[in-house]
Amino acid sequence: MTRAVGYAADPRIRFAEWLPWLAAVAGFFLLPEYLPLGARILTYVLFALSLDLILGYAGIITLGHSAFFGLGAYVAGILAAKLGVTDPLLLLLAAACAAGALGIATGAVILRTHGLTQLMLTLAIAAVCLEIAHKATSITGGADGLSGITIAPIFGAFKFDLYGRTAYLWCLALLFAGWWVTRKMIYSPFGATLCGIRENSVRMHAIGVPVYRRLLTAYTISAMLAGLAGALLAETNQFVGLNVLGFEPSGELMVMLILGGVGRLYGAFVGPLVYLIAQDFLAKQFPEYWYFGIGLMLVVVVLFARGGILGIADRIVARARKYV
Amino acid sequence: MSALLETRDLCKSFGALRVAENISFHLEAGARHALIGPNGAGKTTFVNMLTGLLPPSSGLILLGGEDITGLAQAARVKRGIGRTFQINTLFRDMSVLDNVALGVAERRGMAARVWHPASRYHDVREEALGLLETLGLAEDSGKRVVDLPYGKQRLVEIAIALGLKLRVLLLDEPAAGVPALESGMILQVLDRLPGEIAVLIIEHDMDVVFRFAQRITVLVEGTVLCEGTPPEIAGDARVQRVYLGERYG
Ligand SMILES: Nc1ncnc2c1ncn2[C@@H]1O[C@H](COP(=O)(O)OP(=O)(O)OP(=O)(O)O)[C@@H](O)[C@H]1O
Ligand SMILES: [Mg+2]
Repeated sequence: MTRAVGYAADPRIRFAEWLPWLAAVAGFFLLPEYLPLGARILTYVLFALSLDLILGYAGIITLGHSAFFGLGAYVAGILAAKLGVTDPLLLLLAAACAAGALGIATGAVILRTHGLTQLMLTLAIAAVCLEIAHKATSITGGADGLSGITIAPIFGAFKFDLYGRTAYLWCLALLFAGWWVTRKMIYSPFGATLCGIRENSVRMHAIGVPVYRRLLTAYTISAMLAGLAGALLAETNQFVGLNVLGFEPSGELMVMLILGGVGRLYGAFVGPLVYLIAQDFLAKQFPEYWYFGIGLMLVVVVLFARGGILGIADRIVARARKYV
Repeated sequence: MSALLETRDLCKSFGALRVAENISFHLEAGARHALIGPNGAGKTTFVNMLTGLLPPSSGLILLGGEDITGLAQAARVKRGIGRTFQINTLFRDMSVLDNVALGVAERRGMAARVWHPASRYHDVREEALGLLETLGLAEDSGKRVVDLPYGKQRLVEIAIALGLKLRVLLLDEPAAGVPALESGMILQVLDRLPGEIAVLIIEHDMDVVFRFAQRITVLVEGTVLCEGTPPEIAGDARVQRVYLGERYG
């Protein structure tokens, strides 16, 4: 079962919630050759977390979330490559603000619509962003991508090294901050309000909730988090390609989150982990078939385990408890 | 002297279907008023217009003399008019407590707070629990709504509305779908509603209507057929004609 939020929920962090962090720290020491992949996973976890906030908690279905991720990546990349802004924290801030602004502007339109119209609008926004990045070659590099990104040491002290150690820890620190804020929000009255909107928006209107305004707030915060993740990708890869924008990365993100489990906070951790590791390993072994494997996994999860991988884990634990 | 809630020539059409025609209606402060009429008369539609769920095609809605016709639902609730639903409209997978607390928190202006956990807002929880206690739901506060018998789910509808501290409460068939065995507890709650709230109740059971209401409005095919005290309505020949042979007779 997903853990209940609301006015009687215990907000204290449980032991199990520390496990991902312990694993991440252990990974740093035990798997030094995989740190670049690790940083990528952490970045996508943050991205997936931002989607879970609006999809899993507020119930907004979107296939355009890459718009914010991509904008964040390009804002950070362009500032660094073309305008000589190299402070990593400043780049993140700028990216988050830009993505937040796009979130308000697009949210103001799409959140007034519902269902299929809304889905199509999110898709359209992502497509427009991709097209802009594609055409504005002089600033984005177009199809060749944006290179020449140099990033100053973090706080002037920690240089991004070749082995990806700094990048990994930087991603981990930001993911931790993003997780902490998101978690706090979910347990707050605001989080309970979002769940109420997801569960029954007619009822929310009838108890006096300005539903649209609350959704817009959530959407904007989510956009900022996604922008942050995009900027992280730009900083750690020191390259931005068109593949951060458009339908594909949005759909991929959705697949990751559904795989892990929607609306449970930690589904956003498990999904990208499984997906990206599978991609990394399977793609090397079976370059032509690995996507088939992911597809199969998704079908199984959607058909037999609505709560994703974490949902399956929950059921196993519940079974085991019965016999112990 | 002006009414607390007033409509002037309220009209509503769905395409060619006219479900409200020039409804001019008054509700006094503290009133116990019933709205009756055959199925499809437009009773729920009238409530939907009063709360802002549906925009009227024309006409005015005034609350305490203020024109609220164009206001959003949330703004109307903040001005003190709210409703229950004919068909349960609840957070089915949430606890009974949360169903009520969400509304209480919104009314107290703290539902958008993002920092402290919701469970730290003890006053919200206490108020919701107190309300559940007065409705005999204290023991169910931790249960999910889906796990309650239907009669108790109907009470949750009322509990949510009471948590909004309304001036005007619109009850759309509060006992609809409740088995006879459980309907007693709902009638009890109706009898104990705070006297200062003006209540408009839609109800098909004439025993309930005549016991509860001081005034009755009869709606037929979107128009007000007549309005009066229970004895006046009971003696009205037109009302008898509408209801003659119907199961509510
Ligand atoms: N959204 C809508 N679109 C089209 N027609 C509608 C809509 N809502 C209601 N109607 C129609 O308007 C008429 C009045 O419906 P309404 O629900 O207001 O009746 P009611 O008096 O509440 O009936 P009941 O006693 O069965 O609850 C019905 O004929 C109904 O089919
Ligand atoms: Mg009705």
